Amino acid sequence: MENGESLRLKLLIVDDEPGMREGAARCLRNLSFKETDFPEKITFDIYMAETGQAALKEISENSPDIVLLDYKLPDMNGLEVLQNCDSSGFLTIVITAFASLDVAITATRKGAFDFLAKPFSPDELREAVKKAAKNIFMSRKVRQLQEEKSRIRFEFVSVLAHELKSPLAAIEGYLHLIDERVKGDELASYDSMIKRSVDRIASMRKLINDILDLTRLESGKKKRLIEKIDPGETALYVYEGLALKAQERKIKFELLYPEKFAFGADRGEMETLFSNLLSNAVKYNREGGEIKLKIEKKGDFMEISCSDTGIGISREDQKRLFGEFVRIKNEHTRNIEGSGLGLSILKKLASLYGGEIKVSSEYGKGSIFIVTLKEQAAAVQNASAA
Amino acid sequence: MSEKKIKVLIAEDDADLMDQLDIYLGGRGYEVVKAYTQKDAEKIISEKEFDAAVLDLMMENPDSGFVLSHRIKKAFPKKPVIIVTSVTKETGFYFDKEHDKNNWIKADAVIQKELRFEQLEKELKKLLGR
Repeated sequence: MENGESLRLKLLIVDDEPGMREGAARCLRNLSFKETDFPEKITFDIYMAETGQAALKEISENSPDIVLLDYKLPDMNGLEVLQNCDSSGFLTIVITAFASLDVAITATRKGAFDFLAKPFSPDELREAVKKAAKNIFMSRKVRQLQEEKSRIRFEFVSVLAHELKSPLAAIEGYLHLIDERVKGDELASYDSMIKRSVDRIASMRKLINDILDLTRLESGKKKRLIEKIDPGETALYVYEGLALKAQERKIKFELLYPEKFAFGADRGEMETLFSNLLSNAVKYNREGGEIKLKIEKKGDFMEISCSDTGIGISREDQKRLFGEFVRIKNEHTRNIEGSGLGLSILKKLASLYGGEIKVSSEYGKGSIFIVTLKEQAAAVQNASAA
Repeated sequence: MSEKKIKVLIAEDDADLMDQLDIYLGGRGYEVVKAYTQKDAEKIISEKEFDAAVLDLMMENPDSGFVLSHRIKKAFPKKPVIIVTSVTKETGFYFDKEHDKNNWIKADAVIQKELRFEQLEKELKKLLGR
């Protein structure tokens, strides 16, 4: 929509009486309005026609958004005008002196949006036009949102297809080499190829699980069970699953949890959150590095900060980090598997909890991710409340 | 075999494909010189340490392969260059050598992904005159 700032609409006034046309034009020319429920300012460009033929010409040449159409014209009536053009592109307000119910019904059937009986006051005219303008504004907004939604969905699906295809291509390539016995008949020669294939399958499964997490969060369909949890305990529980990988690379883990507290949250969501934060800290760390996870209560909020001594993220890359399927490509990340969805899941979770996620990082030194979450009120669906 | 091994510069950011090409071509008597980024490839090109090049089109830049092939052909017009790409499948943007009348793709061949190793080797052999 026009710069998102103001909306200009074309308004065609069709009436055979010059006084009527001028009067209407005068009363609408400086009409511009702004209302609380839509941010844009709406103004009008006014065109005029005195006969049905002239109206049809204006309609085809200027494609108006709103047509103020007198019912009784010298060469035809208002309904004939509507029948002789494609009236789907504009809203019609039919004006008539013969305020018969009959005309009103027929006009509405023929697609008229509103109906104004002569004589009417300038205010009545302005109100009718405003109503039509709001209607146009809203339907354009809806269309815009739908287009945006389908564009995003399309983009998501094409990136997803790519992300699923690349592990398949890799696995297929290795199988092909194994099939050809490129390394002779010794089975052990193929160990690294088999291991890589298994790793790629595992990362594909992770990708699929991440997508399920993400779509569940987005659809809001997942049942949330808000209960008091101990965040430190949850973090440790999640870390247990990652500890082996961390130990393999001699990465030290430290939980800073100065004061034990209970926090209202969904346990599954908290596990997803810690799992994404900590697995990134392990994956992108250096051999022999450190992870520090600090959990603190700050009023209604909980602040979780997770720092690593890893490869860091350049300032440039930090800007796009939280987008879907964003993976930072450089010589350090080449051999690290990831779906590119972890941080967008974290971001969605943070906003679900009325909080945010921030990163500060120095390339080559490490990163700190700070998540703030607002405590959720225990759900009413609690059985004990019934 | 007293013949000196032919060095093939492979510019490819997919670690698995690189690994596979290394295994496949290595098994067929070639020596693979690996470049995982356009930057690495540029360094290898300036050091002249290769006899033929296989370049992925999209690496850290969407036109990495084009830029590299241009650079190679300018300095070493006779060294064979093959561009490998999945850009057609992903964007619908199609190009090949036959339709490139103005000869702006400075490569000897363009191969679409998913890459078949045999096809690549056949193309390499042909261009190297073996």
